[in-house]
Amino acid sequence: MAKSYQAGVKEYRETYWMPDYTPKDTDFLACFKVIAQDGVPREEAAAAVAAESSTGTWTTVWTDLLTDLEYYKGRAYAIEDVPGNDEAFYAFIAYPIDLFEEGSVVNVLTSLVGNVFGFKAVRSLRLEDVRIPVAYVMTCGGPPHGIQVERDIMNKYGRPMLGCTIKPKLGLSAKNYGRAVYECLRGGLDFTKDDENVNSQPFMRWRQRFDFVMEAIEKAEAETGERKGHYLNVTAPTPEEMYKRAEYAKEIGAPIIMHDYLTGGFTANTGLANWCRENGMLLHIHRAMHAVLDRNPNHGIHFRVLTKMLRLSGGDHLHSGTVVGKLEGDREATLGWIDLMRDSFTKEDRSRGIMFDQDWGSMPGVIPVASGGIHVWHMPALVNIFGDDSVLQFGGGTLGHPWGNAAGAAANRVALEACVEARNHGAELEKDGKQILLSAAEHSPELKVAMETWKEIKFEFDTVDKLDVSHK
Amino acid sequence: MMSEMQDYASSLSDVNSRKFETFSYLPEMNAEQIRKQVEYIVSKGWNPAIEHTEPENAFDHYWYMWKLPLFGETDVDRVLNEAEACHQAHPNNHVRLVGYDNYAQSKGAEMVVYRGNPV
Repeated sequence: MAKSYQAGVKEYRETYWMPDYTPKDTDFLACFKVIAQDGVPREEAAAAVAAESSTGTWTTVWTDLLTDLEYYKGRAYAIEDVPGNDEAFYAFIAYPIDLFEEGSVVNVLTSLVGNVFGFKAVRSLRLEDVRIPVAYVMTCGGPPHGIQVERDIMNKYGRPMLGCTIKPKLGLSAKNYGRAVYECLRGGLDFTKDDENVNSQPFMRWRQRFDFVMEAIEKAEAETGERKGHYLNVTAPTPEEMYKRAEYAKEIGAPIIMHDYLTGGFTANTGLANWCRENGMLLHIHRAMHAVLDRNPNHGIHFRVLTKMLRLSGGDHLHSGTVVGKLEGDREATLGWIDLMRDSFTKEDRSRGIMFDQDWGSMPGVIPVASGGIHVWHMPALVNIFGDDSVLQFGGGTLGHPWGNAAGAAANRVALEACVEARNHGAELEKDGKQILLSAAEHSPELKVAMETWKEIKFEFDTVDKLDVSHK
Repeated sequence: MMSEMQDYASSLSDVNSRKFETFSYLPEMNAEQIRKQVEYIVSKGWNPAIEHTEPENAFDHYWYMWKLPLFGETDVDRVLNEAEACHQAHPNNHVRLVGYDNYAQSKGAEMVVYRGNPV
């Protein structure tokens, strides 16, 4: 029966709160952590979030009646207490798949984390997790190559790969920068990396950097007999400029380029990922700006959501945090999102903050990159936490070696291989780590000195964004 | 007291600078260490395989297969015997042990267990 038009403001929960709704396999599901304004009931706040992130506006409009809003609306279908937080609650919302353009992370985020985050009825709002229906996953390009292809291209098996971000991050000339790259690679690293701040500044324009870095890679490959790469950062002011740099990197034979997906934006990132797939170029993804979005436990977007969005948009590597280094990252939560990067199916696991099952269909995985304030003493824990499908990146932990980059690189490579060998022999790395490293240092003076240099450095600040656990 | 600075000895002209990926920065494995790596591959359910190459061609993706991969082989001694036989037949070559992970469609492990003579 047709409805009649009645102008005015309705309570959201009359339309958008549907506790009896059973989500469909094709629905997008979202879990928001909501703190409502005083006096706003939970059901009303959850319904408001569902409305404002889908079909709703603040008042009824006559054009609502020209479509089937019952079909297109988002539905708040469940509410749960947040463990350890009496103010907040989780609102679970289902969205029909038709609300989102195929293959568009941009469109998904514009709805899910759009205007609703400034909405007055909620004091704060955080997107904790999303379930992307596999039917939608398969409309996205995803990682240009994935873990298995990267291993085959780079010829690295049975161990994590090793990287290093070149420092100082700003101010080096291209030729001196290439020197730093060469020293790292000849010492035994697999990759070096442009710092995210390095784009094409006056002190070092991108073209000279690419040329000198490529010579460094080629010489290190000839010298060591191993395959090497450097993440050439093609993050640029415009897409046109980004593609120009990517094309040049391909022309000179570089195996991998780099992009900052949040500051560069998802449109640029998705386009670049597609270009990389077509051109056989690996793609390293940095995450500058993520902490602005994901660090506040009550407002913003959890990093596990940003991880899922990157996997859809495309990247072969993504920075994940280290758990043990200088940057924020709870251990269980980190284990949760590195599973989301790599696995083909992830089970709901509240102990890791994962709210939904996630099926990735045939989409390739992303390699997590652990980078930031780590050194040889962290190696046993890193190998244990991240396993083989990872890149461990030691910046200061390579370049800060008293004998220089090559020695620093060799120290890290020896430490890594010693840990992997011991793990394969059945050792418990985090318990036996010290002895493993001390034994390895007996035949590696570079490692011995690295262990003397960094022994005392510790980062023991508490994590700001903790998992939600009961306080009662 | 920090040790005195050492030069990093590596050059194009010194063939000993050439590495061969995983575990090539550690000392050459002894028989017991090789056995433990075979046990690891078998315990993972991977298919062991033996390959070899002249050291000067080690950069290539494709090395020479020694027979076929030992599909489903769980007898560590049989794997070790094949590696040993390959080494005897090609004493100057690198001989590597591979663990094919057919689920990941990749190699779960790959390491040189007999080091050839660098040239």
